[in-house]
Amino acid sequence: MRISVQEAAFDLGQEAADFAAGRADMGAIVTFTGVVRDLPGDPLDVMEIEHYPGMTEAALTDMAQQAVTRFSLGDVLVIHRFGALKPGEMIMMVATAAPHRKDAFAAAEFLMDYLKSRAPFWKREVTAQGGDWVAAKDEDEAALDRWS
Amino acid sequence: MNVLYFAWVRERIGVPREEVETGARTVNDLVVELRAREERYAAAFEDLSALRVAVDQTLVDFDTPLDGAREVAFFPPMTGG
Repeated sequence: MRISVQEAAFDLGQEAADFAAGRADMGAIVTFTGVVRDLPGDPLDVMEIEHYPGMTEAALTDMAQQAVTRFSLGDVLVIHRFGALKPGEMIMMVATAAPHRKDAFAAAEFLMDYLKSRAPFWKREVTAQGGDWVAAKDEDEAALDRWS
Repeated sequence: MNVLYFAWVRERIGVPREEVETGARTVNDLVVELRAREERYAAAFEDLSALRVAVDQTLVDFDTPLDGAREVAFFPPMTGG
């Protein structure tokens, strides 16, 4: 299990290859990557991501451990960036390894649902009009219900 | 006690963290004390439904006791992923 909270960019191909290497016991590797999306009509200058050092790592570790137990994962990787990111940059990735694909996919979804509203990150979109904190969506909170 | 603020809560209050002398028994009591300080605190803590709180880096409810707590953080609902 590896958790990384970092400002630097990551190499998706390299991370996925490293994660998948040498796993004869795991038949399924799923990766998900989140990308900074531009805003239609009001072009995004940067997406600023703030986090709570210490709690972020603890919360991500807790989520990853829950995913391992719940979906019988062989391994899990979570990388999440902070700082100022441009449209098209990768914000985060999760990778899950399981004997079968159903668990690998479900674990990736579980991690994403929890990351959205339980990991202490806050996004601020900066455009020519100024900066706006991204509001949490009710549907993101509701998405957690299916796992309870 | 160390009190931390993130995102717009930090902007509204004007500092990212501060040391607070308090005898507050719960998070709610601490909020009442902070609100009474200055207008910027009253503004930040106006609507608790728009806020989340962590005690010693664990997400908790506002009625949580503060016995032995070293760090309390206030912030808006999280937007990770």
